[in-house]
Amino acid sequence: MTSVALLHRITDYANRADPYPLYAELRKTPVVQDEAGPYVVSTYWEIKELLHDPRISSDARNLSPDAPRGPAQEEDPNLPPTFLRLDPPEHDRLRGLANRPFGPPHTPRRVHDMRSELGEIVSGLIDGFRDREGGDGIDLVDTFAYPFPVTVICRLLGVPREDEAHFHQWADTIAASLDPVSAEDREARAETTRQARSDLALYLAGLIEERRKSPRDDMLSAMAAGHGPDGQLSPVEMISTAALLLIAGHETTVNLITNGMLTLLRNPDVLKRLRDDPDLAVPLVEELLRYEPPVQLLPQRTTLTDIEIGGTVIPKGASLWLVLASGNRDPQRFPDPDRFIPNRPDNQHLGLGSGIHSCFGAPLARLEAQLALTELVRRLDNPRLLEDPPVYRQNAVLRGPRHLNIAFDGLK
Amino acid sequence: MPLDGSLQRLRREGHIVVVGASLAGLRAAETLREEGFSGTLTMIGDEPQEPYDRPPLSKQVLLGKVPADHTALPRRRAIDAQWRLGTAATGLDLHAKRVHLSDGSSVEYDRLLITTGVRARPWPNELEADLDGVFVLRTVDDATRLHHRLKAGPRRVLVIGAGFTGSEIASACREQQLPVTVAERGAAPLVGALGAVVGEVAAELQREHGVDLRCGVQVTGLEGDQAGRLRCAHLSDGSTVEADIAVVSLGATRNTEWLAGSGLGAGPRGIACDAGCRAFDVRGIVTDDVFVAGDVARSPHPLFGYQFLSLEHWGNAVAQAEVAAHNMINSSADRRPHVWTPSFWSAQFGVNIKSVGVPPMGEEIIVTQGSLSDRRFTAVYGYRGRVIAAVTFDQAKWLDFYQRQIEQAAPFPPPYPSVDRRPDGMRPVPAGFPDPSLPSHGPTVTLSGHSPADRRVSFTPMRA
Repeated sequence: MTSVALLHRITDYANRADPYPLYAELRKTPVVQDEAGPYVVSTYWEIKELLHDPRISSDARNLSPDAPRGPAQEEDPNLPPTFLRLDPPEHDRLRGLANRPFGPPHTPRRVHDMRSELGEIVSGLIDGFRDREGGDGIDLVDTFAYPFPVTVICRLLGVPREDEAHFHQWADTIAASLDPVSAEDREARAETTRQARSDLALYLAGLIEERRKSPRDDMLSAMAAGHGPDGQLSPVEMISTAALLLIAGHETTVNLITNGMLTLLRNPDVLKRLRDDPDLAVPLVEELLRYEPPVQLLPQRTTLTDIEIGGTVIPKGASLWLVLASGNRDPQRFPDPDRFIPNRPDNQHLGLGSGIHSCFGAPLARLEAQLALTELVRRLDNPRLLEDPPVYRQNAVLRGPRHLNIAFDGLK
Repeated sequence: MPLDGSLQRLRREGHIVVVGASLAGLRAAETLREEGFSGTLTMIGDEPQEPYDRPPLSKQVLLGKVPADHTALPRRRAIDAQWRLGTAATGLDLHAKRVHLSDGSSVEYDRLLITTGVRARPWPNELEADLDGVFVLRTVDDATRLHHRLKAGPRRVLVIGAGFTGSEIASACREQQLPVTVAERGAAPLVGALGAVVGEVAAELQREHGVDLRCGVQVTGLEGDQAGRLRCAHLSDGSTVEADIAVVSLGATRNTEWLAGSGLGAGPRGIACDAGCRAFDVRGIVTDDVFVAGDVARSPHPLFGYQFLSLEHWGNAVAQAEVAAHNMINSSADRRPHVWTPSFWSAQFGVNIKSVGVPPMGEEIIVTQGSLSDRRFTAVYGYRGRVIAAVTFDQAKWLDFYQRQIEQAAPFPPPYPSVDRRPDGMRPVPAGFPDPSLPSHGPTVTLSGHSPADRRVSFTPMRA
């Protein structure tokens, strides 16, 4: 089967900069079992169907013992699993409680009310480019796309500013461990990662306790206070949830922003349109989520029973990979799928997933990307790529540039 | 697309008249323009307002969260229409191709679209219905008046009929801490739409939220004081409810009276049309120039044995309007069928309720995910060994899956395991629908037999 080699090529770092031709190959067989074991689903309608199928589990305990494990994002073994890796009813309980202080119906204004604060953070970071004007350029990842979402998640959770530096440190270390690398590297890094995870957990535990005693207007305070008849998160659940929000909240957004600027710099006409019409940011970010989704595939689903889809029977307990980024380029769903069309109509992409596990932080991620891209194109005079393609991170799942070196003539 | 001369002329300079300027009428008009119709478009509506959205009227508007005049429907595009608002259609002459209007004038058409919808069924005793404090809720004016009265802090609100609208009104009242009594003829709220098993959950929800819920009773009379203000209601169990507001929520009546004698297949159950939205005449012959969409239409559905189906569903109105508009200006080979799977939603007592398919066809029900006691579940209805409908309480994200199960006539009870299957979801139980011939708040989906010329209200056995 040709697809066997394909999957290997998709995870092969050599193809990180442009996996899309490989996805096109993959879509010739909508559902295929790879040599390594997982069933890979690559077409839009089939992925969408499985994301809403109650016979699909996100809980690894339902994998059959001989099924291969995906390139799973490790979690702290000392903490309970997060809702990302659970099915209902536990998933619904944990996600519901986490959502209480974050979104509607209980807290409909949380994200909206952060708008001006987000704007200030963006402005501050861009102001920091000033000393690099006209010089040899900047790395947009290190100077902007990375610090921005980490700062935002700190403010959202309620991490005091003086502690943000620690937070960045732990986030960096843990994020680095998510890149699947060679076994030796992993071994060497394991101890540092364990240390960072346990430091982070300890720190969060202390902060939660503090917020319980003297609450402020932030998510940790609200979680610690607990509400109503649905009960509340236990202390360890709070820590694991907060850690999840921290990691998931910036690992993805950094890619969204970086992919966004990369795409704009590759499409100068679109960049100009956004500069002239900031309202374009809203549909543009949706198109970005379709065109270059920060989460390329979901490798941790499994089947609770034999399921027939796309002419293939996936057996019970099989490991399932849903290649969102491929579904997003499916010509059966999106006309002219390989073109970046910022105001594309009918853009029901899979970039934030779909169904009960759809992106928890979606409203925040969207707003962050909209603000970031609008301000970058408004303020950077004549921005341009210094290398194309840029250097990518190892990770095939959370795919994005490790560096994005750009030059510009001045700052507005 | 090759068009013959007359169709080209219709598209270029024809006259299309839309009677009914609400959701279906507006979306149809937009679709006509979208698809290139450049002739004259006339929009006739009996209400003076431009098209507005009705679902918020029993929710956000009653709560005062959205002013009643802020419910105008968003426009998808300009439709460049001649508006005849505040003017009701009073008659139709199929031969002369004319619509007669309440102001004595008439409008000629090449193609006619009827989207006159439904109105609230009034309280049957007219004298009692005229009492100050007796309301129905269908229009923006109804909602405005009711909202003002609720804001004034009535002693008690009586809701007559616990269908979706009645239950949502009760929910809005409780959210404002108003004392509410709900009187329902059936065994439970929502029983006509969702059956007794789910109705029981709705009943518990209401009681938990402080509703004085009385099931299995009828309101036999409304009594006013000397000033003509509602004072109390008499119930069939001999009790009396002191209330200064009564909201009559006994379902809807189709707006088809204006078509009496027109020769069109129109009656109390709606206007019969084919899957392409073309109206039938009373002889059962399909017309070429009269189309129907929205709540007033009844059309055969392949998933449900080709019985005529009437749907009072927002999504259906939009989908059917788009199909009707497309078919009005295309040749027969390019026409599309309207094969929408029924679906609707409701928000009440903090719960999001959604359903797909035709629950009242269900003989049995099984809870496939979650549990009734948590008020968070997915339940599936079975009819002759296949899945016919599903309902979710706060679990709407699974519905796409069950919709496909319905469309594929998947076996019932579902033979597969699913996430969150509980012990009480292992065996189907009777769904508990009341005999549909009993008047109640009524379901929002009705199967109404196979005859396009059905002009009587009569019970069509669904489980023959």
